[in-house]
Order: sequence, then structure tokens, then C-alpha cells
Amino acid sequence: MQIYLPIAEVSVNAFLLLGLGGIVGLVSGMFGVGGGFLITPLLFFAGVPPAIAVATGANQVVASSVSGLLAHIRRKGVDFRMGWVLLAGGMTGSGLGIFLFNLLSRLGQIDLAVQLCYVVFLGSVGMLMFQESLRAILRQRKGPQQLPKRKQHGWVHRMPLKMRFRASGLYISVIPPFLVGLGVGVLAAIMGVGGGFVMVPAMIYLLGMPAKVVVGTSLFQILFVSGFTTFMHALTNQSVDMVLALLLIVGGVIGAQIGTQVGARLKAEQLRILLALLVLAVCGKLALELLLTPADLYSVVPKGRAA
Amino acid sequence: MIRRLARSLCLPLALSVAPLAPAPLLAEEVVAGLSQNRIAIDTTFTGSEILVFGAVKREEPIAEAPPLQVIVTLEGPQEELTVRRKSRVAGIWVNTDQVDVDHAPSYYAVATTAPLREVLTDTEDLRNSITINRAIRSVGATIEGAPSFVQALVRLREDEGAYELDEGAVELAEDTLFRTRFRLPANLREGDYRARIFLTRGGRIVDAHETVVDVRKVGLERWLFVLSREQPALYGLLALMIAALAGYAASAGFAWLRR
Repeated sequence: MQIYLPIAEVSVNAFLLLGLGGIVGLVSGMFGVGGGFLITPLLFFAGVPPAIAVATGANQVVASSVSGLLAHIRRKGVDFRMGWVLLAGGMTGSGLGIFLFNLLSRLGQIDLAVQLCYVVFLGSVGMLMFQESLRAILRQRKGPQQLPKRKQHGWVHRMPLKMRFRASGLYISVIPPFLVGLGVGVLAAIMGVGGGFVMVPAMIYLLGMPAKVVVGTSLFQILFVSGFTTFMHALTNQSVDMVLALLLIVGGVIGAQIGTQVGARLKAEQLRILLALLVLAVCGKLALELLLTPADLYSVVPKGRAA
Repeated sequence: MIRRLARSLCLPLALSVAPLAPAPLLAEEVVAGLSQNRIAIDTTFTGSEILVFGAVKREEPIAEAPPLQVIVTLEGPQEELTVRRKSRVAGIWVNTDQVDVDHAPSYYAVATTAPLREVLTDTEDLRNSITINRAIRSVGATIEGAPSFVQALVRLREDEGAYELDEGAVELAEDTLFRTRFRLPANLREGDYRARIFLTRGGRIVDAHETVVDVRKVGLERWLFVLSREQPALYGLLALMIAALAGYAASAGFAWLRR
């Protein structure tokens, strides 16, 4: 069934869009990532113009993160206090990122910057997570002779402004989570994603948060960042397509619920290795695009658009 | 409706008098019609077909040679575009060159009774911007090889079905009645689509006629489009609300199902 999208001004198969939304929702619910890094390339593949894909993708992320977040709240898997600190950093970073984005646009190389950002960050985060979770799985296979690692007391624990994060069982300074939020906010604005794929590993490895609150807390922060992004896109570029968003959302919210169920049954290490593989696959595809000779050297874009 | 019809008839005629001054010897006139004057884009729009038909009005007997030919063009609203070319820099493919195209129709189709070379001289083409290449204007392109960018634009659009040259698609009966069909793609932009009909003899234009097809979004499509342009803040909030509600509904629904 073909459906005409009023803002994108293209006609796309409705079931294809429902399916895409479902896949991204599934990933979102399982791993606590918004799925922005998936939805944008997928929509582009379906024939939606890039600018519309980025903005509408953000709108879809809002819905799937609400759906996922509520499921996690029910399971008490959200550290709200940590979430607010991350969010404060995230909003600050987002402002910085938009400034950087405009600077790069003026230099005329924003496309390249975005693509390189994707490859570098997806690549390094994916590799790190893959290595670590593989090691964790191998360690478990060997049996329980090795004691689980105690929480490290490194530089993170010597900073001022300590705060108790009860849900995470942490008593640490607010500076590291603020900085994590800031970094993710900058990336999110430049790459047009919620930043979950950076946030989740950062919460696990840098902040040492327990796996059971990581996903929910990440969704909490993604909800606000993607909501902010959607609104800004609607306001400045008028590039949010509500009909497209609605189709993605219907697929996405259902996918997210199923994803949360699946995620709850898998072990944390398995979850992380799957996410790592997914991130690496997207990274590989983008890297190939930069390296292989494109099918067509020429491309047509509306005048004055960055993407 | 009547006013629009009057406008669409008078304006093009007034405009076309100067450049098209028909040769007085061959007093032949086009009388033309369209199967529809408006196309409504609704949610289930999957493209449309337009039939352009007409007749040649003349006082004298039909001249034998050169033969009468008909060209029909249909042109979508103009866009400003940038065409980019990639090249390899330090091992990766980067957009390095670009050319701005000031006017390129979002849709352009040309149908003729015979191969274009036989139907139209270059001079007439240049004067009336009839072929696809003439319909695209890019001024101030300073990059070397700018024409190859325009060629690339035409090639890409032809692949999408947005630009089309169909030689021999106009049927002409008894040198008097003609008709042709245009298949409009599903990815249609809204706006005024200009249909032009040219009569030629020996490559020279004898008479021309112009009319407009009104392509508009209707219903929900129209409402959302207008809201997004006129009340962007409200539109953004509405988008967020729908997203949040859908997320909540799904979560609540699944919680209820599990109980």
C-alpha cells in the first residue's frame, strides 16, 4: 500500500515504513539506544530525502523511548537523579554541538564531518564493547574461579561535588556524569542522533553503573534530547513529516515493547556483544561508502541544504 | 474557476505574442484541452495521468510541405538545486565540486510527433526553452565543465522518471487532431504545472498555446503541510505529543496484555 508523505513529498510503501519502525523499536527496547543511527540510513534507503529522514527519525525516537522508558520504570530500571545530571550535561553539549555544526557548515564540509564522526565513533565504541563483552563471556565459560571485579576507585571517585545515586548504588561526583552527558550532547547534535550508543558504554565503563539501570536511564536522557531535536527541526527547517513519523511510531512502539522483553531475558554480556556487532555493522557500511567508488559521482540536493 | 480559466488563457497568449509571432503565411492555430485542470494529491496518491488533446484551426486548405508537427511539454514548478560531484581525497570519496542550478523544473516531459531534430530548429528551441537541456538554467557556474553537471542532473532525473523525452508520443490525425498522454510520477511536487503545445513546420514554430494544471495537496496532506509552514512551533509540539501518546499507549497496552 503506497502512501504519499505530505512534507517529504514522496510516495512510499506503508508496510515498509511500519517494518522499519519495528526493527528500530526492537533495537531501541533491547539495548536502550534510541536507534537514530539506524533509522536515518534506513529511511534514506527507502527513498526519503536526508533532511526529512534526520528530523522525522528524531520524532520516532521520542515515541520509542517513551514506550521503552515506561517499561523500564515499571521494572525500577531508571536512575532519575543520574538521568537529570546527564540531561543537564546533554543540553549544554547540544548547544555547543549546534554551534560546531554551523561552523562546519560554513566551511562547507559538514557532510564529511558527519560521516567521519559516524565511522570513528561507531567504530571505536563498537570495538571496545565487542572486546570487553567477549572477554566477559569467556570468563564466565571458564567457571567461577575468578572473583567478579570489585568496583574500581580511580580518579572518578576523587572529584568534588559528590552525590549519592541510590538507584545505581553509586556515591560519586556529579562532574563525570555531567561530562559524559556533555560529550554525548555534542555528538548528538552533530550526528543527528540521540547518542545512546555512546551513552550506554560510557555509563557502564566510565561511571560504573550497574547494567540493570543503564538502559532505562539512557532512554530517559534520549527522550529529552530527541524531543528537543525534533522541535528544533520542526521550527527551523520544517522537515518533520508527521505521516511518516506516525507510521514509524506505530511500528516502533510495538517493536520497543518486544525488544524490552527480549532484552530482559538475555544476559548483560550477550546484550552488549549484540549491540557491539550492530554498531560495527553500521560503521562498516558507512566506511565502505567512503572508501568504495560510488555508483554515481554526482548527486542532486536542494540548494542551501547541508545534507 | 472562470477567472482562473481566463487567466490561464490570456496570460500565456499575451506573453507568447512577441517571441512566437506566427508566420503569416501559415495561419494555423492550436485549440487544445486537458483531461483535467487540477490534480489532487491525497494520502493514497500514486501518480496520475494527463491527456492533452486538441485540434489545428485553419481557414485555408492544409499545406502539403513542410509537414505539420506537434510538440507538447509539461513542466513542474521550478526549483533551485545544487549538483555535487565527488572525487577521491586521501583515499576517501568527498564532495569536492558543486554547481548551483538556478532554475530546474521538478518535472519535465516533452512529447513530439517525430524525432526532435526533425521537428524543431536549435534557434526556436533556444528562444522557447523547449528541450530538457534548455529548460534548465544555471548562470554563474564558474567551475570548469559545468555542462557535465547539468547533464548529470538530467540523467539522474531521467532515471527517476521526473524528466522524459518521448519522441513520437503525440498522435496526429489528418494534420488536424492530436493527442498525447503524460504519466505523472507518484513523487509529485505541488504547484502550477505548465502545459505548452507548439505547432511547427520545417522546424519553425507556427503557433503555440499554453495552459496550467493545478497540482494541489488536499485533505490531511494539505492541512499538515500548511500547519508545518505557518505554525511550525505548534506543529512541532503536536508531533511530540503524538509520539509521547503513542509510546504511552503501547506501553500501557502491553502491560495490560501481560496481566
